[in-house]
Amino acid sequence: MTTAPEILGTLHNIRTVAVAELDGVEDDAALEAWRIAYLGRREGRLTLIMRRMAELEAEERRSVGVQANDVKALLESQLAEKTEALKSAKLAQAAQEGRLDVTLPGRRPALGRLHPITQTMREITRAFISMGFQVVEGPEVELDHYNFGMLNIPRGHPARDMFDTLWLDHTNAEGEREMLLRTHTSPMQARIMEATQPPVRVVVPGRVYRFEATDATHEWHFTQVEGLAVDRGITFANLKGTLYEFARLVFGSERRVRFRCDFFPFVEPGVDVAIDCFSCDGAGAPDCRICRGSGWIEIMGAGMVHPRVLEMSGIDHTEYTGFAFGMGVERIAMLKYGIDDIRYFYGNDARFLRQF
Amino acid sequence: MAMNVPLSWLRAYVDVDMPVEQLAHRLTMAGIEVGGVERIGGWNDCYVGHVLDVGPHPNADRLRLCTVDIGGERLQVVCGAPNVAEQQKIAFARVGATLFNTHSGKVEPLKAAKIRGVTSEGMICSVLELGIGEEHDGILVLPDDAPTGTPLADYLGDTVLELEVTANRPDCFSVLGVAREVAAFSGTQVAEPDAGYPEEGEPVESLATVEIEDPALCARYTAALLTGVSIGPSPEWLQERLTRAGQRPINNIVDVTNYVMLETGQPLHAFDFDKVAGRRIIVRQARPGEKHVTLDGVERELAPPMVVIADPEKAVGLGGVMGGANTEVTEETHTILLESASFHPFNTRRTADDLKLRTEASLRFEKGWRQGLPPVGLRRAVKLMLEVAGGIAARGIIDVYPDRPEPRVITLTAARMEKVLGVTVPMADAARTLTSLGIACRMMGDDALEVEAPPWRADITIEDDLVEEVVRVIGYDDVPTAPLAAPIPLSTPDTAQAVKEEVRDLLASIGMQEVITYSMVSEHALELAYRGAEPPAPPMRAFNPISSEHECLRTSLRPGLLRTLAANQRHEGVPQWYFEVGKEFIFTGDGLPDERQKAAGVLSGPGAQASWAAAEATAGFYDAKGVVEALCDRVGVTPSFEPLDDPFYHPGRAATISAGGQRIGELGEVHPEALDAFDVRGEGAVYFEVDLAALTEAVPQSARRFRSISVYPEALRDLALVVGMDVPADRVREIIEQHPLVARAALFDVYAGEQVGADVRSLAYRVSFQAPDRTLTAEEVQRAMDRLLSRLERELGAAQRQG
Repeated sequence: MTTAPEILGTLHNIRTVAVAELDGVEDDAALEAWRIAYLGRREGRLTLIMRRMAELEAEERRSVGVQANDVKALLESQLAEKTEALKSAKLAQAAQEGRLDVTLPGRRPALGRLHPITQTMREITRAFISMGFQVVEGPEVELDHYNFGMLNIPRGHPARDMFDTLWLDHTNAEGEREMLLRTHTSPMQARIMEATQPPVRVVVPGRVYRFEATDATHEWHFTQVEGLAVDRGITFANLKGTLYEFARLVFGSERRVRFRCDFFPFVEPGVDVAIDCFSCDGAGAPDCRICRGSGWIEIMGAGMVHPRVLEMSGIDHTEYTGFAFGMGVERIAMLKYGIDDIRYFYGNDARFLRQF
Repeated sequence: MAMNVPLSWLRAYVDVDMPVEQLAHRLTMAGIEVGGVERIGGWNDCYVGHVLDVGPHPNADRLRLCTVDIGGERLQVVCGAPNVAEQQKIAFARVGATLFNTHSGKVEPLKAAKIRGVTSEGMICSVLELGIGEEHDGILVLPDDAPTGTPLADYLGDTVLELEVTANRPDCFSVLGVAREVAAFSGTQVAEPDAGYPEEGEPVESLATVEIEDPALCARYTAALLTGVSIGPSPEWLQERLTRAGQRPINNIVDVTNYVMLETGQPLHAFDFDKVAGRRIIVRQARPGEKHVTLDGVERELAPPMVVIADPEKAVGLGGVMGGANTEVTEETHTILLESASFHPFNTRRTADDLKLRTEASLRFEKGWRQGLPPVGLRRAVKLMLEVAGGIAARGIIDVYPDRPEPRVITLTAARMEKVLGVTVPMADAARTLTSLGIACRMMGDDALEVEAPPWRADITIEDDLVEEVVRVIGYDDVPTAPLAAPIPLSTPDTAQAVKEEVRDLLASIGMQEVITYSMVSEHALELAYRGAEPPAPPMRAFNPISSEHECLRTSLRPGLLRTLAANQRHEGVPQWYFEVGKEFIFTGDGLPDERQKAAGVLSGPGAQASWAAAEATAGFYDAKGVVEALCDRVGVTPSFEPLDDPFYHPGRAATISAGGQRIGELGEVHPEALDAFDVRGEGAVYFEVDLAALTEAVPQSARRFRSISVYPEALRDLALVVGMDVPADRVREIIEQHPLVARAALFDVYAGEQVGADVRSLAYRVSFQAPDRTLTAEEVQRAMDRLLSRLERELGAAQRQG
């Protein structure tokens, strides 16, 4: 006959032994064996002893039952704890084994780059787009008429010296050579004004060509961005304001900008725009390689559109005024990136291109 | 072209009341760029010396022993110059002075020396040693009034401005022109040089006649006559000014012509008039084949419309360029006919170009038709010639000027100034500036000026030219700065540009490097790239090509890309993916070419940078096709591909690319022989090109439309087919995807080989079945599979692959 003290003794014993045994459990299999040994539904020692409680008097059964349940709850919670502990120990172990050499190179998706001239050209056009300019493009093969004539540079004009021209081997019906590779993006000024009445506000990026020997600062094949704004009431002050803003956007607000008189036959007054040298900080250090001691770096030519140019394009110069500007993209890229030889751009050496 | 202006010369006409750095800055800002400032002198330990005594050297016949006073100190010096004499003022260098050593050819400090046993405490210098001339036959003898003991740098030193003059300002190829700029900075006026002289001879008309045959080429010819001149070296001051301005002194008459040209900007020429036949000058066009020996001794063959100055028998000079040898001024010359004329700019320039004879005169004539200038220069030169060469000037001057134009009178209004500049300039200020520049003007009320352009400023023709004159002197810095306030013009979206930039971004983002290659290539390179195929049009050649490598406009981007690939392979190995967005130039008609904007690329080796972690695979046809598919997808275009036969490509490995029924490009594995021709190494390369205009054309007009995503699950089934080799895979996919319950079909395996048998291949698709309104049952899916199989079998002869 089972007695309550007997059961209570066994319960106590089970509790002590089970907890002690659980302490020694170190893996999932041992834990499962432990669970079956004590809590197993059929042969678990706690299960068996609890079954024997049925033999007790109702009174005793209640009080023993409370204690048995306490033991059971304890074992179950210890089991849960142990299960957790084993799991995290296993994860920690796994993590220990999965250590990597974080300095090995990553497996990167293939990534190409845009040519530095494309990047610089986008930066320049973006600055003007933010000021309401539209981007248009024009032909690279041009007629003398647009490249020169419509820009107030008729045949025989001494200013043609400023534009060493690559002519095409072709003559028109009159036997004149009239096709050339545009020497600047300016012919688009005339083409745009012929096709549109003001207001006009455009920038024209594109390749241009000169019949010129190549050296560190000269290429026969380079890129310009032209700009043109024509409307009622456009003034020299607007030209300055627009180009200051451009310089701020592209070169930063710490750069100073200099406007000085210069000559281009299709503008009047004409302007040479320079920024202070960022290599010697505008000091004009005699040995500065960038500004050659002047403290200034010329970045573009500009001016108020010559009344004759407006007139030739069919725009009333008494009513409308405008300004135009043109800059060399290579020069600006060279300044921005510190490139010391223009020939890198079209040499297309991957070791150069991949730097940008 | 550069102009050297010595400050000492400039000061003859205008006060320079600012430091030279500031002067250089003001000139530069006003449009006369100062490219450099050269300081003459800066000699240390050199003084004006007084030769007290000249005696024989005890040990050398040719050497003298001199005692020189340099201001309270007497020094003994050995001198070998033949022209040293007592009481001369000379340039004396003490030991330690830095000078040009004529023996070593270097600039170095003067050392103490014993010359033939006698100690020399310094040196009496030649101009060569001082670095101010080339003479070394004798010492430099200074004027008698040179103050003994004065540092030589103070007495002889000078500053020379090196000016870069723009093409519109030939007046600044003269010291006077620059002086007017300087005067304008301080609101003063230049002191015009004296041009008055006694006219004591016969009336000039009785001594010589001048005739212009073609006033279109020579608008004006003025001449003066001097008799009884003595030819010899110019005085020191004249030689010095010429030397400092960069001219070599020749003789007094020629020096005056050069001096006055540098002073006023008007080129002049002096003839030995006794060698001019018939005392008659005829300005005419050269005859075809006419021969003439110019002053430089070169016989030149002339042709119309070059202008010659001639007498009734022969040419005596080349108009506007250079005088003739046959009438050159020599030591025997007694009578001078001085020419000061105005030649047509472009004709002068063409003559100089054709004869490859650009001179100081031609450079000045070609930059402006300044018809008012000849008498100014002429009278000034006669005045100076009388001074330095003696003789008697004939009475009056000859001035042949057949088509004298009206003076150029321009009105400048305050309103125009404000309209152009955006700032109000008081007209009184404008008037002062213009007057300082030597531009005569008078006020017309408060708001306008009537201006007459001066003879030396051919560039001033319209009101805005005057606006510039005023604002450039005031300074552009003083014009306010204002943002553009006008309304922004309506913009029209430009799809072509958007497509171009999208394509660039896409190609770079998938691992291709953008390059920009030259638009001009050699004809040979194009031939190598076409490999016998018919080019779209013959390439257009340059009339004056940069080089044979760049002799014609490219009609294909192939050569540039293949060259780039080959060049980079040499230092970076084989894997290279490049693309270019650029133009091909197709000349079909007689006018401007069709400029075809293309995106083209070349792929060689694996795309990703070689990695330790990835297996390498060589780029093949399908890599390029994938690039093209991605590129088209980026802009919403669905391309289709058809086999292409083109000798540039590997046979059977090339395709055309079409969209919307139009061909938009091509791609393929480059033929091994083409690769070889361009020195491309490795296991091959794939090339593609897409015409961006055609691609843009194919871009759907409407925005992409949203399609609702089915909430019902997809059922996936693998469908492995065996089809004949000649069955295009695209057709199989098309049929599968045409089934209404098929959402898509993805090809995941292609196999040809013994497991499936000869002349057939296996294509395996993962087919996704889905309905928009319900979950498909297994039976429905199986029925769809059966239907697909039977259609594929019927139409393409396909069979389900077994096992």
